[in-house]
This record gives sequence, C-alpha cells and structure tokens, in this order.
Amino acid sequence: MNLVLAIFIPLIVAIVVPFLYKSFKHIHTGWFVLAVPLTLFLFYTSFIQRVANGETFSDTLHWVESLQLSFISYIDGLSLLFSLLITGIGTLVVLYSIFYLDRTKEQLHNFYVYLLMFMSAMLGVVQSDHVITLYLFWELTSISSFLLIAYWFHKDASRFGALKSMMITVFGGLLMLGGFVLLSIMGDTYSIRELIAQAPVLFEHDYFTWALILVLFGAFTKSAQGPFYIWLPDAMEAPTPVSAYLHSATMVKAGIYLVARFTPIFAASELWIWLVTATGLLTLVWCSFFALKQTDLKGILAFSTVSQLGLIMSLLGAGAMAYHVEGAAETVFKYAAFAAIFHLINHATFKGSLFMIVGIIDHETGTRDIKKLGGLMSLMPLSFTVAMIGSLSMAGVPFFNGFLSKEMFLTAMLSITEFGFFHFDTWGVLFPIIAWVASVFTFAYSLYFVAHTFLGKHQPDQLPKKAHEAPIGMLVSPIILAVLVVTIFFIPNIVATYFIKPAVIAIQPFLYSTTADIDVHISAWHGFNTELLMTLGIFVVGFVVFMTLTKWQHHYNKMPNGLNFLYDGMMTLSDQGMNRLSNMYMGKSNQTYLLYMLGSFVVLVLGTLFTQGGFAFSTTHTAPVRFYDIVIIAVLVVGTLITIFTKSRLTSIIGLGVVGYTVALFFVIFNAPDLALTQLVIETISVALFLLCFYHLPKNSRKENRMRFQVNRFIISLAVGATVTIVAIAAQSQKLMPSISEYYKETVYSLAGGGNIVNVILVDYRGFDTLFEIAVLGIAGIGIYGLIKLRLDAKGKEKKHAENK
Amino acid sequence: MLKTNDVILQFTAKIVFFIIFLFSIHIFMAGHYTPGGGFVGGLLTASAIVLLILAFDLKTVQTGFNINYRLLVATGLLLAVGTASFPMFVGEPFFTHFYDYFELPFFGNTSLHTAMLFDAGVYLVVVGVTLTIIQSIGEDE
Repeated sequence: MNLVLAIFIPLIVAIVVPFLYKSFKHIHTGWFVLAVPLTLFLFYTSFIQRVANGETFSDTLHWVESLQLSFISYIDGLSLLFSLLITGIGTLVVLYSIFYLDRTKEQLHNFYVYLLMFMSAMLGVVQSDHVITLYLFWELTSISSFLLIAYWFHKDASRFGALKSMMITVFGGLLMLGGFVLLSIMGDTYSIRELIAQAPVLFEHDYFTWALILVLFGAFTKSAQGPFYIWLPDAMEAPTPVSAYLHSATMVKAGIYLVARFTPIFAASELWIWLVTATGLLTLVWCSFFALKQTDLKGILAFSTVSQLGLIMSLLGAGAMAYHVEGAAETVFKYAAFAAIFHLINHATFKGSLFMIVGIIDHETGTRDIKKLGGLMSLMPLSFTVAMIGSLSMAGVPFFNGFLSKEMFLTAMLSITEFGFFHFDTWGVLFPIIAWVASVFTFAYSLYFVAHTFLGKHQPDQLPKKAHEAPIGMLVSPIILAVLVVTIFFIPNIVATYFIKPAVIAIQPFLYSTTADIDVHISAWHGFNTELLMTLGIFVVGFVVFMTLTKWQHHYNKMPNGLNFLYDGMMTLSDQGMNRLSNMYMGKSNQTYLLYMLGSFVVLVLGTLFTQGGFAFSTTHTAPVRFYDIVIIAVLVVGTLITIFTKSRLTSIIGLGVVGYTVALFFVIFNAPDLALTQLVIETISVALFLLCFYHLPKNSRKENRMRFQVNRFIISLAVGATVTIVAIAAQSQKLMPSISEYYKETVYSLAGGGNIVNVILVDYRGFDTLFEIAVLGIAGIGIYGLIKLRLDAKGKEKKHAENK
Repeated sequence: MLKTNDVILQFTAKIVFFIIFLFSIHIFMAGHYTPGGGFVGGLLTASAIVLLILAFDLKTVQTGFNINYRLLVATGLLLAVGTASFPMFVGEPFFTHFYDYFELPFFGNTSLHTAMLFDAGVYLVVVGVTLTIIQSIGEDE
C-alpha cells in the first residue's frame, strides 16, 4: 500500500462520514469510523519488525513539481512510533467515544469529520520529510484541534478555549514556518533528511541561530511549554475523548516530535541545549506545582500533561548534550534520549487511561469537581482500579511503567552535573534538584487525583446524577491502556528493542548507527544508588505534601495569574485597537471608499512609474488617426458629458451605455472581436442592471449634489484619468521585453489544440487566473445576495414573501 | 418591476430569447477556434434571460425557469476545479488539458477537449452569478 495514500485515508473517509451519519441514523457513526484507525494501526504494525532491523521506508507524491513541493512520507523508528501511537490511541479513543457521545443528541458527523481530519494531519506531521508539507499538516492539526475544542460551540468557555489554542499554536506555527524557510535557504533543500546530512554546514551559517529560535517557537507553543502552556488548560473544554487523544497523547507531542526530529541539526548549539532543557524542566516543576491547585479533574490532568511534556522536553535537551561528549555511548549520557522516548510511550498509556476515566466519572456522576466527588471506589470498582494503575504509574511507583522511565529521567538529570560545557559545570547541579522537587509534586497530585475522587466520603447529594459503574464498552479502552501500563513494566526491554531503540537512532544519529549499538538495558532494580534514594525521598516528601494539601491549598488563590492576564490583555487590546483602526476608515459612504481606492491607485502607479523611470513617449508605432476615429471619440466624449451633467438619472444611465458601446466599437475597429463581443454583452447587461436597481439608488437628489462642486473628487478623477493616459502612452512607447504573443502563435495549435488564442489563454495558458477569477466572481455574487437578503431579514417579517427559493 | 403590458415586446422577447440562447451556445462551443468562449457565452445566456425579465417580470420568468442560480455557481466552480485537478489523479501536473479527435455521428471528425469542460464551468458560474445579482436586486422592493 502506498504510504502517502495511507496518510490521506482518514481525510478521504471523512468525506463520506456525513452521508453515513444521515443514512444510518440508528447505528452510531463511530462504528464506521472505528475501521479507519484500526486498519491503519494494523498496517503500521507490519513495519515494526523491519524498522527494528534498521530499514527505513519512503514514498513520494509530487504535488507542484516546479516548486519542489511534494508529499514525502518517510518511515523510520521515530515516525513509526508516532504513527502507531496516533492510530493505536486513535482506535481506542474512537471506540470510547461511541459510548461517550450520545447518538441521538450529538452532532456526530461533525465530531468524526474533525477527528479524521486531525488523524490525517497528525500522521502527516510525523511522516513528512518535506518541511513545507510538514508545516501544512502542522497547521491542519491546529485547525482541527480548534474545531474539536469548540465542538460544543454553544458554550462560551469552549469558544474561548478554542480561540486561545488556535491563537497560540498558529502564532508559533507561523514562526516555525520562518525557521523552516531559513533552514531550506541554508541547506538549499526542503528535505529534512538532506538537511540533517548537512548539519555541520548549517551550524556555520549566519541564519542558524534564527532558524533554531523560530523552530523552537513552533515546538514550544504546540507542546504547551514555557509561557505558552496557558492554552492547554482552557482546551479542556473539548469533549473528553478529544482531550485524551489530541491534548494528551498525540497533538501536544508534535512539539516533542519536532524537537526530536531536529536534534541532529541543532544539537551542536549551546543555545538549543539550554533552551530545550531549561524550558522543559521549568515547565515540569511549574505545572506540577499548579496541578495541586486545580479542583477540576480535567484541570489536574491538563497541568499534569503540560508538566510531563516538560519532562520529556528536558530529556531531549539533555539528549543533545551527548553530541558534545567524547564516547558518549559508553557514559551516562546515553540515557536521556532513550528515557525521553520511553516516557513518551508510558505517558501516552497512563495519561490516556486517566483521561478516559475522568470522562467516565463526568459521564456517570455529572460533575468533574473534585470537591463534590469522593468515595466512588465501591460504586465504580473497575474505574477505580484503572485510575489507581494510571495514577501510580504517573507518580513513578514500582510495578508500573512510569517507575522505569522516572528512574531513567533521574539518571539523565544526574548526568547533567557531569556535563562540563556551556556553564553547566556551575549551573548543572540545579537540574537534578529541580527535577526532584517536580517529582515530589507529581507524586502528590497523582495521589490527590485518585484519593479525592475514589476514597473518602461519598456525597450523593452533591452529584447531579446517581453514580454507578460505566457500561463495559466505555471501560474497554481505559482497561486496555491500563493493562499496557503494567505489561510494559515487566517487558520493558522488548518494548525497547522494537520501539525505543529505532526511534533513538533517529534522534542521535551522531551516536549510533544501528540499534545494536545502543547499550541500554532497562531494569527495575539498580542496587542502592542515588536514583533509588531520590525516589524514596520523593515518596516520603510527596506523601507529606499530599497529606497537608488541604491546609495550604487556599494559598494558591493569592498568587497572580500573570500569563493568562497577559493573554487576555493582549486579546482585548488587539480587539479594541483593530476596531478603532478600522473605524477610522470604515463606516463611511461608498464614495469615500472609492476616493481611498482611486487615490492610492494614482499614488502607487504614478509613484512606481516615475521613481523607476518607466515613462517614455514615442510616436513611432502609432497607427494613423482616421476620420471615423475622431467621430467615435467625439461620441465618447459627448456620452461622458451627458452622464455627468444630466439632471435625469435615466439619461445618465443611457449616457453610460453610449460610452460602453463606443468602446466596443473601438475594439471592433482594432481587430479584437473577442473583446468587442464581451464588451457589448457586458454593457447590455449592466444597463439592464442599472434599470433594475433604478429605485434603489440613493435618495439624496441630484440637484443638491450637483450644486456643490467637490474639489477633492474633481482632483481625484482628473488624476485617475491622467494616470491611465500616462500609463497607456508609456506602455505603447517602449518594448522592454519581447512580446509573448509569438509564443502563443506558435503553440496554440501544436500544444493547446486550439485556434482562438484569446480563449486558449483563458482556459489553458492562464487557466489559474480564470479559475481564481470565477471563484472571486462566485464570492462576489454570493456576497451581494447575502447583503440584500440580510437586509431584508432585518427589516421584518412582511418582506418574507420575496424570499428566493 | 414596472408593470408592463407591451404585447409586441413580450411576443418578440419570446422568440428572440431562443435566438440569443442558441447563439450563446454556439459562441460557447466555438470558443476554442473562433471568437467566443465560456465567459461571453455565459453573459449572452444571462442577457437572454434578462431580456425576458425586462419584457415580463421576475416572477413570471421564475415560474418558467425554476432554477436556483446559486446552485449553478457552485456547480460551475466544482466543474472547473474538478477538471483542473483531474490530471493529478493520473499522474500529470495540476491543470493539464487533454484533447483528441474523434469520429462522431452527425458531427464528423470533431476535436474534444477537456478545456471545454473547464469552460463549461466558467459558463455556469457567469450565468449563475449574473442572474443571482440581477434577481436579488430585482426582488428587493
């Protein structure tokens, strides 16, 4: 099967989803959609063995060859791992959504169309080997995320969250595009693989630092790192399957993917290591601390997701350090990138299951407020078990996969203290300390999440619904993920061989060339080393923090919410600012707009003409002036004067018609039958149109206006006439380049199979122009229709009989 | 609309309509070799209908041509975009046109051209937009 086609399959299926929804009302649309991620997942699993053996696959679909635009799907360890996550978690989420979203109450076709759109976009992001198409898919994930967050668009909070996520991620995306453009200028290629091959050359280039910063903007906004984390908590207004899928398991990891993919290019840079590691670590500690403030279950998980993404990010930064260490493959520096990928897999499993459990709680009790919940353990035993497994894994407790990757994270952070370059010899000691503090908070909020929901006292009077266990269909997906959480703990090295090591090769090609070189063995027991002591410390202190939480949780409210305040302020400011700006020139009459347009036309055209020295006057190629030319000109002038000076509107319209028909006569005389024909018909129709809207012309009578001679309008009209005349003379008097008409004459029959050059230009040579022109024409038509009909509706009901069918 | 009661105008309009309409089809079809094409053809068709509207009134013409002109715009755009993107599915660049000569009954040796389909899209859009505008302005009282 074609790899590029596989990316587009969800998008293609999305086209038929609305029809499925309409035709099969009694079957949940999700059942049809489920086949898509499942098939793709099975398709991608067939690559696991071959990719683990070191093979890579690539497939190209040319899009615009003259611009070197093409869809290149490249499958290696890293992209395969992400593709499996996208389709695998996607399958579970679709299955879960079938029970979560009510068939009779929800707009299912919208939901699944957006979801499938996202799936294609995300597969495109992780498989594209072409930076421009990567960007394209990247923005498509932002758009589909926007649509999914705003799925319940009647809620203000949904729309606010959707807009916020869109604003921040698209802002970063655009900057990232700038970085990509710089990279492709430096490397003279759009292919990421070819860019990586030239990494040392790129490092020397002047643009390198700019490209680095811009690409990181994209990664940090998408993965909600640093100050950009604020969009993710608000994105929790989305339906829970969406939060589990986009805002925890896949889309927010696009930034991680980007950093991992570009590590081979940027690892040489000190700035990269500092920015990635420090931003990741600060996000980790900041958001794990604020997760304890939240009382909404999804809020806790949102902050937890951001902080865990920070953890992975900091590991990738530490992974880049290996580039600078001699023989890094034999030292402790080999762990960081490995741990990053390992934790990425683990996070997808435990956080996915936790989100689904929150969805179940919301669905079965009617609230996500942790203050109202409690004591659900006996009522929802299965959900409790899954939540327990997920939380303990998140906390880093043994027998769950999170423990293993948390240990490796600590190892990697400890290794930073041994890194002697770039001032890490002085600052490096801070990293394991911050990591430890963050882990304490992580442990505490994991307990907080599960204990305040399932343990404690049940408060049935606080709950909108009577709590009971969810239907088994809804539990299947979280249970599968929970089973994975436990299984991975017992077989981590199998996971490493098939998934982690092939991905690590893509991140650290400067260290390893085959998977066999990666000498990392995961084991739960390392003996009594620093990591173990740190873990024990985390458990003890974390437990204390959790137990005392109720005593100091209210202190959070005293802290200022600076970043959100900043965002809101910027939005209001730009909103009002733009309003004020557009009010300065909008909201006036049509005549004023015409003045603006014609005025700027004169200034721009004349300015260009004279500053560029474009004016010339020569009479060498002019045709002789004949008698009937003069007659027609005279008619034209008379027609114009009548149009301007007549008192009657009807005469004015006819005068305008006279002008139009005389112009058509000119076309006839100068051998342009196509133009003449078009001009004649257009003139006929516009006269008819004028007659039709005779009654709608402005009420202010002509007498009043005619008396008032408006100087500025007079000047503008004169200037426009002069400009057109000057341009016509200048164009006639010089030939700067050979005319293209010779080419048309030669090829019109041989290449285009036509005889009438004018028409062949329209439909073939310059077909793009025509295509866009008719699109604009269509938009204009619909616009006029909308303007008139909208006014009708606003007037009142008595106009309804004029409704067009 | 003004109430017209001009029998001669209405009678002539009915006949002239068909003449203009047929001429517009001819202009459209012949466009690739002689003056004409989708744009002029569409405008001519529109003007034929406008003539009817002027001779009778909007409602009468609407009962005769029960056409949703906005749908015509959409169809035309889809046809144009479809023709333009079709080559991509057979491995050719966007907007590649194909043509060949065929022996057809009645017409003899005829050249058939995908550019014609694109032009048909233009034709439909022009007719649709012109009449959408005229109709909505004319209906507005």
